[in-house]
Parts: sequence; structure tokens; C-alpha cells
Amino acid sequence: MKVLVPIKRVIDYNVKVRVKADNSDVDLANTKMAINPFCEIAVEEAVRLKEAGTATEVIVVSIGDKSCQEQLRTALALGADRAIQIDTADSLDALNIAKLLQKIVEEEQPQLVILGKQSIDSDNNQTGQMLAALTGLPQGTFASEVKVEGDKVNVTREVDGGLQTVALNLPAIVTTDLRLNEPRYASLPNIMKAKRKPLAVKPVADFGLDLTARTKLVKVTPPAQRQAGIVVESVDELVEKLKNEAKVIS
Amino acid sequence: MSILVIAEHDNATLKAETLKTVAAAQKIGGDVTLLVAGFNCQNAVDAAAKVNGVSKVLVADNAAYEHQLAENVSLLVTELAGDYEHILATALTTGKNFMPRVAALLDVAQISDIIDVESSDTFVRPIYAGNAIATVQSLDSKKVITVRTTGFDAVATDGNAEVVNLDTVTDAGTSSHVSDELTVSERPDLGAAGVVISGGRGMQNGDNFKLLDGIADKLGAAIGASRAAVDAGFVPNDMQVGQTGKIVAPDLYIAVGISGAIQHLAGMKDSKVIVAINKDPEAPIFQVADYGIVADLFDALPELEGKL
Ligand SMILES: Cc1cc2nc3c(=O)[nH]c(=O)nc-3n(C[C@H](O)[C@H](O)[C@H](O)COP(=O)(O)OP(=O)(O)OC[C@H]3O[C@@H](n4cnc5c(N)ncnc54)[C@H](O)[C@@H]3O)c2cc1C
Repeated sequence: MKVLVPIKRVIDYNVKVRVKADNSDVDLANTKMAINPFCEIAVEEAVRLKEAGTATEVIVVSIGDKSCQEQLRTALALGADRAIQIDTADSLDALNIAKLLQKIVEEEQPQLVILGKQSIDSDNNQTGQMLAALTGLPQGTFASEVKVEGDKVNVTREVDGGLQTVALNLPAIVTTDLRLNEPRYASLPNIMKAKRKPLAVKPVADFGLDLTARTKLVKVTPPAQRQAGIVVESVDELVEKLKNEAKVIS
Repeated sequence: MSILVIAEHDNATLKAETLKTVAAAQKIGGDVTLLVAGFNCQNAVDAAAKVNGVSKVLVADNAAYEHQLAENVSLLVTELAGDYEHILATALTTGKNFMPRVAALLDVAQISDIIDVESSDTFVRPIYAGNAIATVQSLDSKKVITVRTTGFDAVATDGNAEVVNLDTVTDAGTSSHVSDELTVSERPDLGAAGVVISGGRGMQNGDNFKLLDGIADKLGAAIGASRAAVDAGFVPNDMQVGQTGKIVAPDLYIAVGISGAIQHLAGMKDSKVIVAINKDPEAPIFQVADYGIVADLFDALPELEGKL
């Protein structure tokens, strides 16, 4: 069984993003970039399926300019077998990303596609579900457990009320939540080995898709800043302030 | 303009968050229809008919919709979509699950997690864990939107909408529900509570979360947690507040033993009043707290409970 893992290059989760002075967008110049944490969990899950003998091949794919090859190499160092970069300088809407991924799914015919539930930059939480719709496949989003059993996969999902388990016919789409696994670190020998693993570059134009933008970013502003508060000296003072100043308790 | 809002419910009750999504629809402006897709969902339908500003409630009552399976619900919404310019769902796990599927089936983009409406095609949404606020214009003729409830005030519930039963059944047949493991709690929902008290890694274990119970009882609060507390197994996943968990904005948020990572702040920094209890005076949580107390939580919590 082939497993496909689409991954995204994003700002490192420890970095607080700045907004450009002209409010046109965020400023990512000289910012530390990394593989989106949820995508890393997706890679880890696929590699574990391979180690368990369930998966035979793990393919990672990323859409972006040459810089995303760095994240593809990271995924290869974590245990993926080969990588595909869909080369484009444009930042695309989730729908257009899903359309490109649909082409890769048609070409590679994976039994399972595992994606992160959201990227920590755009915070959209859309791509996996959209890919599922376009391919007509069932989806198990926000997964905290994935169990392949015969021609089905059981996915336990983190939902608002707790956990929900669904059974999906394979092939299927899964998106990861934080508790699915704890990704490993790439070892130095594996980082070296990853440099020799295959990485195919496909120009976006080769897909023959209309990728016209469906949304326009009008402006980006910093969030409202909270007024600095005070440090109280005692629990008594805290209770007094909450009652009489903030008036949030009685 | 016609707007379709998909009700968030569990067949027995209509979730209070739906009232905020309807408020977002009213801000867009137009005739609002509410869809209740469920199974044996008459109670939810009755509640939906009372939501102010809704002219019609569409009901799809069928086993295919009992567990809100995205494959089935998205087909239903897509079938109904022709009549509406805007389709809205609440940005909770149910809406987040099926709504992008609807958008892709309709070949339109989705605008996720809006916190404000600028015009009928332009919306405001946080990005980068709320460290930037984007104004986004939809260029599609149909707008598919999920609504972050902290951005809107609930509409009232003394309305009287017409109820129309649908006989369409859309069952994709590719997925099925196996089981639920839901957290049972007498406390208010995190999203609906006026007061939230959350514990972090500093709580040390699940047992110590009992220290929050007495305070929550006295304040009628919901109890939340940081990711670290959930990952460590102190408390279940549905208690996680943050960028990738639940977004809350109560009148009072008390963070206990939580450092204040940007991912946690993303889920609570719009609270009206924030209190932080932390033994580290340098913890970033103090930068957003209105009232901070530098103390060991094991001393401060029993004292606070005693003094409330
Ligand atoms: C992709 C991604 C998504 C994430 N999503 C979320 C999310 O949705 N929500 C979220 O919360 N986090 C999220 N995180 C994790 C986040 O980055 C932090 O790791 C997490 O919030 C830390 O939790 P914490 O504050 O409880 O733990 P820590 O950072 O370890 O802080 C513990 C705090 O407790 C204090 N403390 C310890 N003992 C005591 C004591 N006895 N008395 C008083 N104070 C004490 C310490 O001083 C410290 O400040 C996410 C991370 C990633 C990468």
C-alpha cells in the first residue's frame, strides 16, 4: 500500500510573525522556516505504517518554490522514500492546492493520503477535506489514531465533545491532530541518506489546471494589543480587584 | 440575498454557537435559512425554529446524518446550495470537517474562521495563531464560510420560523460511524461559559486538576487546559484551549500553571479579563494578563477557593 503525504513549508512555530508596515501581508524575510508541525505528524504516521509492514512506500509532496525542497529533504530524512516538488512561485488557495494534489493522487494511486489538519500560517484547516471531496474519497479528519484493517481504515477523531471513531473504505484521506504520534528526530546518517533519495520537480504549468486565485488578500494588520496589566501581591488583592475593579465576580 | 446556515446540534439540542453563526449571517444581510441535518432531531428542529432572524428551517431527518458524517452532509448541502449566495457553518469540529468538502464540491474557496464581516464578499479572519488579522475578499459567486463564534453576539430565541421537511437523502456509502467516547461533564461548555479556568503543565498530574473544581463550582466556570496538559494525559483532548483547540473569549479567564505560548494565547487572548497564576515572574502569560499573581499554584488555588 502506497501512502502519500502532502507537506507544507511554514514559519517555525516558535517564531512570532510580524506584519509589514504597509499592511500588505506578513513579513517572512529572514524568518526561520520549518515543516508544518501537523505535516510532520503526518510523515511520522506514514513512516510508522511502513515500519509496521502496512505501507510499502511513502511519497511526500510539497507545492512551492525551490525552498520547499528543504522540507521535502527533512521528510525523506524522517523515512519517506521519495519526494515530489510541484514548482510554483505563487501562493495558492487551498482549493487550488487540493486540485494539484488530486492530480498526484490520480497518478500515484495511494491507498491512504495523510495530511496535517491545518497549517500554522494560514490556519485554514481545508486542504485535506477539499482533496477528499475532489477525489470522492472518505475522510477522517483530526485523527488521534489510525488503524488499517483489511480494506478499511478506522480513524479516531478529536472532536469538540471528546473522541469519535469512523470507519472509512480505502482509499481514504486522513488529517492529523496533535495526539496522533510524537514525531522522531532525523538522525545524522538518515539526513545524509536523504540527500540521495529521489526528488522529482514538476512545473505547475505541466498540470494544465486553471489555478486562478479565488480570494484576494485586501490587507493584513496586527491584532489589537492588550493593555499591560498589574501584578497583585496576594490572593486577597486579586479577589478584591476582580470584584470591585474588573467586576467579573460578585 | 439568501443565506444558508447549517445548524450545529447533537440531534437533542441546538448548540448555542449556532446563534452566533446566525448573527454573522445577519451582519452579511439577507434572508436566513437554517438547515438541521440529523436523525431523530425534532428537539433540535424545535429550538432552531425559535432562532431570531431565521425565516425558514430546512430539516433533513435521516440515519445518514445522525453522526454528521462529512461525506453525507456535504452532499446534502451541495444539493441545496443552488438557492443561496452564502453558506455558513460554525467553526467547530463538525463544521470544520464537512464545510471545506462543500466548498470543493461547489468549486469555490472557503473563508475559514471569520471574526467579522466587512461587506457581503469581504471578511476578517485571524491568521498565524492570531498574530495577524487578514481582511479577505472572496472572488467566487458563492461564498462558503465558517464562523468563529467569539466574534459575534448570539441572536435571541423568541422567533417563529417556518419548518420545511426535506425528503432528499444523500448517503455516500463510503464511511460509517463506529463509536463515540464523549466526555461527560456537568459544567458549562468551554465555548459558552462566562468564566473559564485552565490548567497547564504546572498542574503536574490529572489528579491535581481537582484543585480547579472548587473554584469552578463557585464561579460557574468551565475547565480548560493547555496542550501540554492534554499531551501529558492529565485531561482529555476536548479541554485544549488554543490555536488548534478551542477558541474561547469569556468574561474571565484564569490561567493556572500555563506559560503563555503563542499557540495557547491564540485561543484565549480575546477574553475580557485575564488572570494568570504562575510561579515564574518571566512567564509570557503575564504580558497578556490583567491581573497576575506570582505564586505557587498549590498555595494560591486553595486560598483562592477559600476566599471566593
Ligand atoms: C502545531 C502546534 C499547535 C499547538 N497548539 C496548541 C494549543 O492549541 N493550545 C496550547 O495550549 N498549546 C498549543 N501548542 C503548544 C504550545 O506551544 C506550548 O507548548 C503549550 O501551550 C505549553 O503548555 P503549558 O503552558 O501548560 O506548559 P509550559 O510551557 O511547560 O508551562 C508551564 C508553566 O507552569 C508554571 N508552573 C510550573 N509549576 C508551577 C507551580 N507549582 N505553580 C505555579 N506555576 C507553575 C511554569 O512556570 C510554566 O510557566 C501547540 C504547539 C504546536 C507546535
